[in-house]
Amino acid sequence: MTSVNGKQVAVIQQGGGKLGLGETPIGPTWQWNYLLGADQQGRDVAARVLYGGRASLEIGIGSALICSVVAVLFALLAGFFGGWTDTLISRVMDLIWAFPVYLLAISLSTVLLTQSQIKIGFVTVDQSSLWVPTLIIAAIYVPYVFRPVRGQVLSVREKEYVEASISQGASNLRLMFDEILPNALPTVVVMLPLMIATTILTESALSFLSIGVQPPNASWGTIIDDGQDLLYTRPMVAIAPGVMIVLTVLALNLLGDGVRDALDPRAKVRAR
Amino acid sequence: MIVFVVRRIAGLVAVLFGISVLTFLIFFSVPGIDPTRAFAGRNPTPQTIAAVRHQFGLDRSKPVQYVLMMKRIFITRDLVSYGNTALKVVPAIWQAAPVTFSLVFGAAAIWIVFSIATGVLAVVFKGTVLDPLLMIFALIGISMPVFWLGEVANLITQDKLHHTFLFSWVPPLGYTPLTQDPWQWFLHLIIPWLTLSVLYIGFYARVLRANLLEVEHEDYVRTARAKGLSERQILLRHMLRTSLIPFVSLFGLDFGVLVGGGALLTEVVFGLPGVGLLTYQSLVNLDLPVIMATVIYGAFFITIASALVDILYARLDPRIRFT
Repeated sequence: MTSVNGKQVAVIQQGGGKLGLGETPIGPTWQWNYLLGADQQGRDVAARVLYGGRASLEIGIGSALICSVVAVLFALLAGFFGGWTDTLISRVMDLIWAFPVYLLAISLSTVLLTQSQIKIGFVTVDQSSLWVPTLIIAAIYVPYVFRPVRGQVLSVREKEYVEASISQGASNLRLMFDEILPNALPTVVVMLPLMIATTILTESALSFLSIGVQPPNASWGTIIDDGQDLLYTRPMVAIAPGVMIVLTVLALNLLGDGVRDALDPRAKVRAR
Repeated sequence: MIVFVVRRIAGLVAVLFGISVLTFLIFFSVPGIDPTRAFAGRNPTPQTIAAVRHQFGLDRSKPVQYVLMMKRIFITRDLVSYGNTALKVVPAIWQAAPVTFSLVFGAAAIWIVFSIATGVLAVVFKGTVLDPLLMIFALIGISMPVFWLGEVANLITQDKLHHTFLFSWVPPLGYTPLTQDPWQWFLHLIIPWLTLSVLYIGFYARVLRANLLEVEHEDYVRTARAKGLSERQILLRHMLRTSLIPFVSLFGLDFGVLVGGGALLTEVVFGLPGVGLLTYQSLVNLDLPVIMATVIYGAFFITIASALVDILYARLDPRIRFT
């Protein structure tokens, strides 16, 4: 939550022309403005980490949600209609699945970054927009959510209450969204915290490789990338955002374990 | 068995074709993207654009473009880097491959030994403080971004502590080929190996522990107990052996992914001139020919490796052939 409140913190301190070694402090310090010291350009690392966290969390949570929604829609279509719809969707998913995650993300990002603006239909997205990494990360993880949800849809479709609903003359849409969807959702809910942990790690890796979040935006990954050059002079620039990533991802993993134990009785037996 | 192998290879060929088409589509026909601009680098001149358009055959139809591109990547192998036309992409990849292999093999050896030890220890000390403690460490290992861990490792071994007896043996960042000086090769790689293996030690230890606890109630374990075998024999000879089956298939996958590009982040942080670093250097310049070639070669390696693992697996476990 502290990351979200980073909005109120000034990012660039007025150095009054006094930048560089000896002028801006090397963190950590007790100065109110520079708790974690400053980077080369005199920016407060603590404030940048909070701002960066906003981007990291937005992209992480946003892409996990978008990915889940898209995957669930495809899984409903494939699992409900079966036949050639299922074959077509499943084969395409298998193909994306066979493609290694990082290679796919790297290809998509580099191609999109060579364009200054991306026009899809009426929508024009700026190259440095946070939407670009969000959508890329959402796209590459779709098959990982699609597979288990499709399996769930296939099994729920054969249940008696679905049959009962069919006998009452329910439409396909009604069957899909009122009968099947609510019973396939727990699979997604169990995966969501772990998904967010994964998407945050992916975002930081892409940003570290300079193909994720683009300046002027910053995320934890881009700050670590900046810190790579300052590693021996201003180590806090690289260390602080990394610690934030570890804490966030660790918390999400623990939450994910807890949610799984609570919602999935089979896993609970196994964990004991 | 032969039927299985033939079917698996047919599937492999289909997937390889699919991957090459998908890569081609990403680099040449994503909607809203002009591939010429993409291949001409940042801020191209009109001359460059025209040259690039002709060089990549972009003035022809899409299927022709696809065949031309694949020919340049796999048959004539004369695809050149955008930024440096003296750099032929495919030979450069082959040259960098041994470095990546060295990194991944060493890390794999470390993570197998340590994850089995951690998983078994956690099960042996189940019910004591040690088990949750080990699992928390494993979870922390999973939660750390590998590039950040690498930077912290560099900070510890290359900065002030480098001048103390603790880390004075650590050579500067870089790589020495195995054939040139095996001892230097080992010294240069030991820190990258440990860094890369941390994530996998955590992950595999958790998987192994869960599997061990799952087989604990199987009939054959009870039989073994009834025969009066020692707990040690039951755990190592009976439980561990069956628990290692999913472990092996996971390993095959992860190994392939790491060699095929997953080790990129580790190579970048430690300055190891492998395929990953080659890709990274072209990422900075958005040098698309290099990126496309490394992506295709990486994806092909992973797919072929996983097919081989499947066939090997079917050889080991006859049940798989019929599913």
